[in-house]
Amino acid sequence: MGGKVIGQNNRRTQFVGISALFLLQPSAFSLQPERMIRRLASLPVVLFCVITITFFLIRLSPGGPFDSERKIPEAIEKQLLAKYKLDGPILTQYSGYLNDLLHGDLRLSTKYRNRSVNEILAQTLPVTLSLGAVALLLSIVAGLWLGAFAAARPGSLAEFLALSLTLLAICLPSFVFGPLLILFFSIKLGWLPIGGWGTPQQLLLPAVTLAIPYAAVIARLLHDSLRETLAEDFVRTARAKGLSEHAVIYRHALRVALLPVISYLGPLAANLLTGSIVVETIFHIPGAGGFFVNSILNRDGFLLGGVVIVYCVLLILFNLLVDLSYRLLDRRIRES
Amino acid sequence: MTGTFPKSASFPALALGIMVLTVLIGPLFFPEADALPGSETYAPPSFTHFCGTDLNGRDLLLRLLEGGRISLLVGICGAAISLLIGTAYGLIAGSSTGSLDNAMMRFVDILYSVPRLIFILIFINAFNERLQLAASRHGWDWLVGSSRLVILILSLGIIEWLTMARIVRGQTLTLRERPYVAAARVLGEGYWTILWRHLLPNLAGIVLVYLTLAIPSVIIDEAFLSFLGLGVQAPQSSWGSLLAEGAGAINPIHSAWWLLLFPSLALLTTLLGLYSLGNALRRSIGVKNH
Repeated sequence: MGGKVIGQNNRRTQFVGISALFLLQPSAFSLQPERMIRRLASLPVVLFCVITITFFLIRLSPGGPFDSERKIPEAIEKQLLAKYKLDGPILTQYSGYLNDLLHGDLRLSTKYRNRSVNEILAQTLPVTLSLGAVALLLSIVAGLWLGAFAAARPGSLAEFLALSLTLLAICLPSFVFGPLLILFFSIKLGWLPIGGWGTPQQLLLPAVTLAIPYAAVIARLLHDSLRETLAEDFVRTARAKGLSEHAVIYRHALRVALLPVISYLGPLAANLLTGSIVVETIFHIPGAGGFFVNSILNRDGFLLGGVVIVYCVLLILFNLLVDLSYRLLDRRIRES
Repeated sequence: MTGTFPKSASFPALALGIMVLTVLIGPLFFPEADALPGSETYAPPSFTHFCGTDLNGRDLLLRLLEGGRISLLVGICGAAISLLIGTAYGLIAGSSTGSLDNAMMRFVDILYSVPRLIFILIFINAFNERLQLAASRHGWDWLVGSSRLVILILSLGIIEWLTMARIVRGQTLTLRERPYVAAARVLGEGYWTILWRHLLPNLAGIVLVYLTLAIPSVIIDEAFLSFLGLGVQAPQSSWGSLLAEGAGAINPIHSAWWLLLFPSLALLTTLLGLYSLGNALRRSIGVKNH
């Protein structure tokens, strides 16, 4: 049944390859709007849970945001608490916080005095997001290439080597690769800067470090699903028509085999955001990740809340996009 | 669905067994001085210290073996907790009807897409000191020293159960259609009896396979937390925290390469062993990739 569906698509579209994601027919956009709306509607619910959990978890840890070596006089502490709206019963604080959030105010950071969370995020988020986007692109391109490369050569030494390489990349945490890349490319060869942020050269090493494990996961996913797809009937039909092996793999099988990879994109984005915390530390990048870790250690609840909220909104929206593209690519889901 | 133990799994199983034994017995053969800070700091590998020494002059091999105990403990216990949660969740979702199943799996989807490790950071920070306080108040001395470890294992188990839940649910969906389940229902057995006596035993194989695949991800997550300083705390060490130390020791002025190489090798052999064991077992019971 899969074969028939794919065959129809193929007559209409000639240029399939890694760009299969973008092969969307205009008519496809009319599908299942109510389902999308329903998923969008779950966004506020999820956000509400996330905010609530973060708000109360940070207050569970002993000690307050203004604790320091020296004891602050009581009157001053009271004033501080009032300024940062941390006084009064906890439920009142909570509802006040929710109210401020509704108005787009993420409040003041208790650690970085006189800076609002909105301000900090406006500065750091673009950094983290561009790092994440480049890493996402890198891991997809490299992963798809390696996966298809390996799957096209079953039983060969090349396949074995490619698969071993991916296993190696999955079994070591990314902070092992970072220093090694720095040692090799920055110190030994002197090609790229050690760290920092601002130029495209400074972006390259961190993005590669961040992308390595996930490129490996994608390569393995694609390899496995491509091997499975290549054993299906519609592939035999394509071969029987006398198509070249290249056309069979890249034009026919890849489209179907891509589906597991696409459904991995959502978790991938979440992993990249988490992983960027580590990579930002290694390469001294002024992104949101560093602020996130510090906000936990400093009990900076509003900054923490801000980062978590923004991350979750971004990820949920991204997942929605992934879901949409999944539906557009796979007619079987679209029509059911 | 259960077959004999596949041949391809015997080599990784053997390697893992040797690794576990070495880690358990190995530290007993070291003189006590090796564990203490010494004067030989950053000594490269030699015949007295096979893997060199670290920043404080401690023997790296001994630290690796002791770190291995912690890493494996965290990995196995964390994965076991994820197994319990995931199996229960997947079993209930898969065996219940439409809307509950839908809602439960939608919840798993959402959890997949939020950065779970980030919540774990908050969670560890929130509960570690509380647990310590509670432990010292009740006089549970063993818990005071290892409260961080307990929290770590708990929290890693809490985030790694999603894949297990999905797989168990999928398997339950097919199992519940089997004639013997229908027969049990006709015989008047209750929902929980069917779950416990008929579905669960048949899930054991697949659950154990995914246990071997969950251990690596727990160990890697622990390494991530160690790097951020929220994992295993000194003087205890794990492979993750040793790796984080080693990564810090690679710099232009002085690169103590052995501090990165040997922990990497230890982690690699173990995780490769677990992956190949898991994959071999998975193939032998004929489960597709998830």
